Amino acid sequence: MMRVTFTVNGREQSADDVWEGESLLYVLRERLGLPGSKNACEQGECGSCTVYLDGVPVCACLVAAGQAEGRAVRTVEGLADGGALDPVQEAFAECGAVQCGFCTPGLVVQTHDLLARVPRPSDAEIREALAGNLCRCTGYEKILDAVRLAAARKAEGAGYE
Amino acid sequence: MDFLRPTTWQEALAAKADRPDAVPLQGGTDVMVELNFDVRRPAALLDLTRVPELRAWEMTGGYCRIGAGVSYATVIEELSGPLPGLAQAARTVGSPQIRNRGSVGGNLGAASPAGDSHPPLLAAGAVVEVESRERGVRMIPAAEFYLGVKRSALEPDELIRAVHVPPATGPQYFSKVGTRNAMVIAVCSFAIALHPRERRVGTGIGSAAPTPRRAREAEELLARELDWSAPLDPALAHRFGELCARAAAPIDDVRGSAAYRAHALGVLARRTLTWAWNDYRRAA
Repeated sequence: MMRVTFTVNGREQSADDVWEGESLLYVLRERLGLPGSKNACEQGECGSCTVYLDGVPVCACLVAAGQAEGRAVRTVEGLADGGALDPVQEAFAECGAVQCGFCTPGLVVQTHDLLARVPRPSDAEIREALAGNLCRCTGYEKILDAVRLAAARKAEGAGYE
Repeated sequence: MDFLRPTTWQEALAAKADRPDAVPLQGGTDVMVELNFDVRRPAALLDLTRVPELRAWEMTGGYCRIGAGVSYATVIEELSGPLPGLAQAARTVGSPQIRNRGSVGGNLGAASPAGDSHPPLLAAGAVVEVESRERGVRMIPAAEFYLGVKRSALEPDELIRAVHVPPATGPQYFSKVGTRNAMVIAVCSFAIALHPRERRVGTGIGSAAPTPRRAREAEELLARELDWSAPLDPALAHRFGELCARAAAPIDDVRGSAAYRAHALGVLARRTLTWAWNDYRRAA
């Protein structure tokens, strides 16, 4: 067993008695009280546990806890600015892009990264970016609507329109 | 279980020499799945993500030397020019999240017959650089690296340092059959690389034999009969496809039948040769 210390959503946190083969996802959910990242497939197939690791979106289920030592993790809980939702979160809620909600945190983080890199993505770019995030409820149409809306809002906010 | 975290290559080699039972860990896209599903309980994990030199690539000795920890995302962003076949294969790996973490070195370490990197490495004539503390560096041609299903020429005290890939001198293509564009373990895959200076064509077959392998008879056919100054003879392309299919030794499994794999491989081989040849003629 080991102690793992890393930054989560801007705050340094430690977890004790971490098993060496444990995933970052397990540490976040079960040891640090951050259940936003969802545990669905545990094999990187579904994207529900997508978090930023040093600014890069990854499946937290495929990161060994020890690999996060000293690194910076940002989860879906860390996207809102105080009480104000991130534009991506707002757009998902407004567009009805959420049904059972299980895939939502992963989709929100992955979309957040897409729009940071590609402010006005084409539909093909959106589909490619979200190809590793499975939703079994919505049929994806409302999710695509939400990404387009968030992109438009962010562009407005940035003064492009 | 021990969690070993070397921060230099020398430390990593020492750790592997002292603990040959330690499982190397890069992006975790294979190893962590096995841990999560209780398929594997290694005595130790050897985390290589803190060894900075593994994350870099360089041009050296006429080859592109790709550190074992270079991610698929980096291959796509930075190496599409010199290594188009490998970059195309990298684009078909998993999802953006997987491509951010997974590496060509990890693909080699896992040595799955379905690994997407292998066919383009075979077609390009890549060489795997492995190293141990006791015996130093060994350079293993990709064609000699894969020994069986998930078995490679890597010894228990060795680590993969890099893979050396000759930059393309002609068109290259990778093609893969699966149920969708993302998150697909290949039903079968095929890579082709034209080497115009040597009047030679390289091939690589994936997911259709116990190991990734070259279609040697098909390569020999083209070396013998391809007219490099003429349009591609459709009959020759057809025979090339047949020989590629015959070079495979596929099995029936959940992803597809042996008969389908052999058939599809023939189609992929014929098509990728045609695409590459059309590009070559257009450029010439």
